[in-house]
Amino acid sequence: MREIQVSTVTDTVARLCVQACTVLPEDVKTRIYDSRKTEPWSTAQDILDVIIENFETNGPIPLCQDTGMACVFLELGQEVHITGGSLYDAVNVGVAKGYTDGLLRKSVVGDPLRRVNTNDNTPAMIYTDIVPGDRLTITVAPKGFGSENMSRIAMLKPADGIDGIKKFVLETVENAGPNACPPLTVGVGIGGTFDKAALLAKKALIRDMDAHHPDPFYAQLETELLDNINRLGIGPQGLGGKTTALWLSIETMATHIAGLPCAVNINCHSTRHAKEVL
Amino acid sequence: MAISVTLPMTKEATTSLRAGDSVLLSGTIYTARDAAHQRLHEMMQAGETLPFDLDGASIYYVGPSPAQPGMAVGSAGPTTSSRCDKYTPDMLDAGLRVMLGKGKRSDAVKQAVVRNSAVYLAATGGAGAMLARCIKDAEIVAFPEFGTEAVRKLTIENFPAVVILDIHGGDYYETARQSYLKTAES
Repeated sequence: MREIQVSTVTDTVARLCVQACTVLPEDVKTRIYDSRKTEPWSTAQDILDVIIENFETNGPIPLCQDTGMACVFLELGQEVHITGGSLYDAVNVGVAKGYTDGLLRKSVVGDPLRRVNTNDNTPAMIYTDIVPGDRLTITVAPKGFGSENMSRIAMLKPADGIDGIKKFVLETVENAGPNACPPLTVGVGIGGTFDKAALLAKKALIRDMDAHHPDPFYAQLETELLDNINRLGIGPQGLGGKTTALWLSIETMATHIAGLPCAVNINCHSTRHAKEVL
Repeated sequence: MAISVTLPMTKEATTSLRAGDSVLLSGTIYTARDAAHQRLHEMMQAGETLPFDLDGASIYYVGPSPAQPGMAVGSAGPTTSSRCDKYTPDMLDAGLRVMLGKGKRSDAVKQAVVRNSAVYLAATGGAGAMLARCIKDAEIVAFPEFGTEAVRKLTIENFPAVVILDIHGGDYYETARQSYLKTAES
């Protein structure tokens, strides 16, 4: 067994929170630069220029004031032994440290109805996969709620088929409109159960842009859906234009003979995530 | 060309603005988002005095991140305005004149904007680091217990925004998209 100390986990999570909130990933930047080159609408060009200047000049200031809920994805090798305490406690201590020391916004309330801010952005939303090997991969993906609020799930029926999926994705983006800070990133989860579909959609958002679904059938669907979205005319900030979405990723899994769950997780242009392998 | 606008704004000044106008805002604006709106609205219904005078006031829907050394606030871009729609018509009827945020508003808000000669402006969502440079001073005036959601009095200079809803019933989200789609088809 390879040992990893909880203090290493805490320090890594803290560092990743700050990095994710202040440095846009290169693949996202590339999509924004490319969109600026092909955007024909002048208002949209101006807005993309502002977005580009924002991520090129922000320095230590968070790209967006909504530094999100800290979604932390753990891929824990089954040969790893975590020592010195609880893994999840270590993650939460890391989130509190990162958000406090990094001057990130504390946007979490401890109870959904009584709504008192926890003042350190904990608890994190932790997702764990046990995988082969002796590594621990940590991905921190801060998720803003302007876009999270515009996400939807549908328990479609088998007879709805691929046309039902296409219709639901387009309706969701149309409904999001200017509210979710377009140009968007769209994560689509198809299959599984009610909850697994939503998780797939969230995982689709942290996949590298340009890495299509390995199955050509779904890779083609990704391209088609993105094209359809970019014909809606919503544009950057909803003020018209070709660039309504930067990217769309689909994740899939097996499902029941009676069902076709489909979840659409909307993200803004500030699609933030940072990863480290321990 | 952007139009320079001083806050607070007079009713006469809102009359000249049209949906689609680019503006540069300077002056005083108060921050208020979900929690502050709920509390302010409760105070209005109870007949209590609000922590700032709503008559002619400007509100920015924002919850800034903590300030870096030497800055008034941290990142400070707009949040989605429509979450305040439940409270906004009453606030407009009580004198609120300028709203700054992002995203669509309800029909009730649109009607209250026209009825009260108010204006709704949008700033670029997700450009909070840049927008923070236009905020020169910030002072908490109410509800410090709300953290980022406290009401802050901001002094802003040349803060860029676009007019979405004007007093004539114009909605730039509708017209901008339709204009683009017309050119895209031709």
